[in-house]
Amino acid sequence: MRLVMCIWAAFWATTVVTVANAEAPEEPPPWSQADEIFGADAMRDARDKVLRNSGGQSFGFLLFNQFEHQFGDDDRFSWNGQANWGGDIHKLWFKSEGHIESGDDEAELQALYSRAVAPFWNLQVGLRQDFEPDNLTHFVVAANGLAPYWFEVDASLFVSDEGDVTTRIESEYELLITQRWILQPRIELNASGSDIASRQVASGFTDIDVGLRLRYAFRREFAPYLGVEWQSALGETRDMRSQAGEDTAELKILLGLRAWF
Amino acid sequence: MRHTTRRNLLKSTLALGCSAALLPDWARSAATSSADVNSLAGTEFDLAVDQFPVQVGGIRGRAIGVNGTVPAPLLRWREGDHITLNVRNNLKTETSIHWHGILLPFHMDGVPGVSFPGISPGESFRYHFPVKQAGTYWYHSHSGLQEQIGHYGPIIIDPAGRDPVDYDREYVVMLSDWTFMSPHKLFLKLKKDAESLNFNRPTLGKPAGLGGMWGAMRMSPRDVADVTGATYTYVINGHATEDNFAMHYEPGERVRLRIINSSAMTLFNVRIPGLPMTVVQSDGLDLEPVETDEFQIGVAETYDVIVQPESSDTLAFVAESIDRSGQVVATLSSRARARAAVPPIRPRPMLTMADMGHGQHTMDSHDAMHPDGETHTQRASHAQHADMAHGAERLQSHSTDAHTMHRDMASADRDHSEMQSEGTPGHEMAHAGHKPDPHGPSEQPIKYEAAVSRGPGVVNLVEAPASRLDEPGIGLEAVGHRVLRYSQLRSLTPNPDARTPEREVVLHLTSNMERYMWSFDGVKFSEVTQSIQFQEGERVRLTLVNDTMMPHPIHLHGMFFEVDNGAGAHRPRKHTVIVKPAEKLSVDVTAEHVGDWAFHCHLLYHMHAGMMQVVSILPKPEHVPHEHDQHEA
Repeated sequence: MRLVMCIWAAFWATTVVTVANAEAPEEPPPWSQADEIFGADAMRDARDKVLRNSGGQSFGFLLFNQFEHQFGDDDRFSWNGQANWGGDIHKLWFKSEGHIESGDDEAELQALYSRAVAPFWNLQVGLRQDFEPDNLTHFVVAANGLAPYWFEVDASLFVSDEGDVTTRIESEYELLITQRWILQPRIELNASGSDIASRQVASGFTDIDVGLRLRYAFRREFAPYLGVEWQSALGETRDMRSQAGEDTAELKILLGLRAWF
Repeated sequence: MRHTTRRNLLKSTLALGCSAALLPDWARSAATSSADVNSLAGTEFDLAVDQFPVQVGGIRGRAIGVNGTVPAPLLRWREGDHITLNVRNNLKTETSIHWHGILLPFHMDGVPGVSFPGISPGESFRYHFPVKQAGTYWYHSHSGLQEQIGHYGPIIIDPAGRDPVDYDREYVVMLSDWTFMSPHKLFLKLKKDAESLNFNRPTLGKPAGLGGMWGAMRMSPRDVADVTGATYTYVINGHATEDNFAMHYEPGERVRLRIINSSAMTLFNVRIPGLPMTVVQSDGLDLEPVETDEFQIGVAETYDVIVQPESSDTLAFVAESIDRSGQVVATLSSRARARAAVPPIRPRPMLTMADMGHGQHTMDSHDAMHPDGETHTQRASHAQHADMAHGAERLQSHSTDAHTMHRDMASADRDHSEMQSEGTPGHEMAHAGHKPDPHGPSEQPIKYEAAVSRGPGVVNLVEAPASRLDEPGIGLEAVGHRVLRYSQLRSLTPNPDARTPEREVVLHLTSNMERYMWSFDGVKFSEVTQSIQFQEGERVRLTLVNDTMMPHPIHLHGMFFEVDNGAGAHRPRKHTVIVKPAEKLSVDVTAEHVGDWAFHCHLLYHMHAGMMQVVSILPKPEHVPHEHDQHEA
């Protein structure tokens, strides 16, 4: 059922992006003096083509921001990436993150319609489907972009189909030590508006990840890295988990690859 | 003066092995070419566009070009001839040839979708037009991104009368930026990460740009070129430095170098260390000779220089990319088998606050903005001048004011009410008209300034744009020798049209580097709903305001810009003009040739991203449309 919803949402978003990026038929043409010499049909096709190819193109982008093995008390494999397709203003945007760890898998996929609303900012709406630890669908509103002083920011609000409201703010920075050695500090902060027993989450700030990744860009698109990340539950969530006898904070060593296509 | 021997182009009898494959003879270095010049001359030309292998700097790549060579054959025409060019497309995709800077009937101009439908695969197109000018020009594809990978060649038009320039020997020097990447992939890369080819970004050790106003505005002072030596091999006539394009001279000879920047994206700094150059022509039109040691040449510009080496030294002809991520060196020598020593590349330049428009410039330095526009090179200090500039600024941000002004103007200036309807629909026009000032010049052009469409594609509007005609260009402010400035250029003969423009059209060059969006007035070409319209016979002032952090070589097809540099009747006429960052520059145009003319930034990927428009010159009402053009054709 949820899968059907997701497919439906993706279809809908694709349609919106395609329609929004298509040029509305114009009348009269913006110029037409060559029509009398070469024929209106031939010129219309060529005119449409030159207009489309000068700013009206669509582009695809795929980024594995994190694709890493995390070494700690319990090793796990973790990913965080996104893909988008569309024109300058309207895009179809996918985000996915999660990790694989025995007994504690997490995996989610978001399908969003993204609209550029300001030079450095996109507004995004769509759906998020969790596959692990359980199937849960959320409505998503997000803003992402580049804040002053070069901070990448992605802030999302989720409303689950069970009515729970959660938020996630991610921010990262790319500090070039040299043109190829790049240090990426990153922070992710999650919060919840309510207690969600199935996720061992209490209302308030729930958890934080603070990471530092040092990569070497063989090419700008291909950069293996080493890093550390401190992952900790926060507030009542931390209390809840420690009462359940779980670790609530851990420092992980990371080995991974950042790549884009 | 020395007797002119004009066809000594690349004359040399020394034959070595040909290092660079598939070059036309004129582009072979003197040390490797045979005696005779293999340029194409006459009135009828057969040109075929193909894809073929080339070798650049010893590496094999694939080019798209004309008649199997990169650069394409040199076309030698004579002023007054009627010429025919049969262009056959052997590619699997569309192609075209645009004759850059040539005045011709618009349907011969070669821009698909604007002046003709393009040349489909397997098809031919017959260009036919009279040659009404003389000088150094060039030709290139206006389809896709073919220009990047070899589809360009030079044109020399010999004057019908005596050439005002005396020379003993001449060389064509075509500068370009070769890449082994697919140009479409290159463009996609810029779209995904606009700085992915910049390997001179701010770092921990050189943090300028991370903080301060640069960081706050998310702009980088190290963002001097989008596409750099990280992917480009810079070439002269198809030769990388190691391929050594060698030019021969006899000591004391006057050597004419016809320098053409046929790059896709690269502005070059050109110099011959130890040898002054006398600039005698730019963009095909003769100039009063001016001696200099270096100049910055924008994409699509041409400069003809005379050099006269007296000794038998081996000299380096150096073309360095504007961001100094690379250079190409050719040899100028009186000795056979010579190879010039390659000078070390100079330190990387950085943008300054002046490039952001927050600089030292004050409103008082706006020479080019003066409504009179004829003779104002001096630092204008008129209070009213500054007021006018401030007034125009205000119009940008307060639309209510703009509408009020608009109404005032409409009532005050009924004669021009027809023209007011010629704005570009799709973005609102704010007509910044000014009543004639009783204390000022009697005639002032009526100003048309569109409200810039401030969407995600426009990061910044410059607060205080200024004239920068008297500056040498990014990185050349303090090089310790003379550098050519636009303010030094004077046409050799007085310009034919001395009329003061009736109206002024203001256009902003706009961008968002982060999204790699480029446009005029915040409107990408794909979003344009009406061309910019001039009336036949009209004299128009075009004022370009660069709101971006990069210099843009702006090219208008079919007519020349008279650059308002204060040279009065001798203002230089150019087909391409560099508008520096945060600069406000005015050019006057005579709308002579009816038709639709492409108007764009000549940085290929800026055009491809949307920095393009069309200027339509509409026939006078009494003319039957196109009768005139078909006649000429």
